[in-house]
Amino acid sequence: MWLPVLGLMVGVAIGLIFPFTFPVAYTRYVAVAILAALDSVFGGLRGSIEEQFDPVLFVTGFFSNALLAAGLTYLGDRLGVEIYYAALFAFGVRIFQNLAVMRRHLVDHFRRRAGANLR
Amino acid sequence: MKRGAQIWITLICILLGVILTAQIRTQASLRNDIPTKRIEEMASLLKQAESERDALRTQVKKLTAQLDEVMSKENSVTAGMQEELKRARLIAGLTPVEGPGLVVTLNDSTRVAQPGQDPNLFLIHDEDLLKLVNELKAAGAEAITVNGQRIVALSEIRCAGPTISVNNTRIAPPYVVEAIGDPDSLETAIKMRGGILETVQFWGIQVQIEKKDKLTLPAYVGGEKFRFARPVEKEAQP
Repeated sequence: MWLPVLGLMVGVAIGLIFPFTFPVAYTRYVAVAILAALDSVFGGLRGSIEEQFDPVLFVTGFFSNALLAAGLTYLGDRLGVEIYYAALFAFGVRIFQNLAVMRRHLVDHFRRRAGANLR
Repeated sequence: MKRGAQIWITLICILLGVILTAQIRTQASLRNDIPTKRIEEMASLLKQAESERDALRTQVKKLTAQLDEVMSKENSVTAGMQEELKRARLIAGLTPVEGPGLVVTLNDSTRVAQPGQDPNLFLIHDEDLLKLVNELKAAGAEAITVNGQRIVALSEIRCAGPTISVNNTRIAPPYVVEAIGDPDSLETAIKMRGGILETVQFWGIQVQIEKKDKLTLPAYVGGEKFRFARPVEKEAQP
């Protein structure tokens, strides 16, 4: 369970050790990519809690989400419309939804266990 | 939780961590580094240019002193010429002058602009100084300096960002305008009803006026080189 958290820490450590930055023009794309990654992580956690995790779906989902979000951002830049808000919104809503579902599962899980102990 | 799921999620988490740190660093550098670096660069360039200017200024002073020396040697021959030269230099503002006059000190308003009010109204602008100098000239000022910059025929008074440029030198508040002339008439001129001081004082700009029996104004220091203008040799059509 703690492996993803460890992974996050390893990633942060790598980012701190290698002092690379993104070109200023791409900060929006990176922001969208970060949200895509967060969304994938929450989706994956939910999937694994529901025992429905499929690595192929997980990886393709991550890349297709990131690509679509980047594409929308690019299109928005060309059109002068902030279309990437759509991507931010979609990812944001899904992150919260996934969190809610996971919370429900976990609460159910602990309740069941507590109930078993009571009996 | 299944092992495969954990590994995949962990991989994405590593990626997320790397991107996250890089993005945070990018944003931080966006806020701090780039502008300050640019400012530092500009400041060093400015310092360089200013030291060059100062060096040239001392050179000019030295050469002028030499010239004066040469001129004074042949006293008897060039007495008339020297008199004329002195007069011309006086008119051109190339000699320091002294005499009675008026010192006007202007400083930005201490009043805080109310929301919706243009804060620019409470600052001294090039136009204010220009009007003041103009008014002093009209009242018979014979020599004027603004923050030590002698106003001559080629002087500009111009907005230069947060400062004002006079003789291509940037000056900042408080602005001290010194004028040699009849102190009373100079004072009356700028205190005229609806005149320049009344206008700026309306916005809370701080004004101090001081009459002086003896003011000493420095000479004009600046480019005396004429790159384009040439005196016309022959008289034009009579």
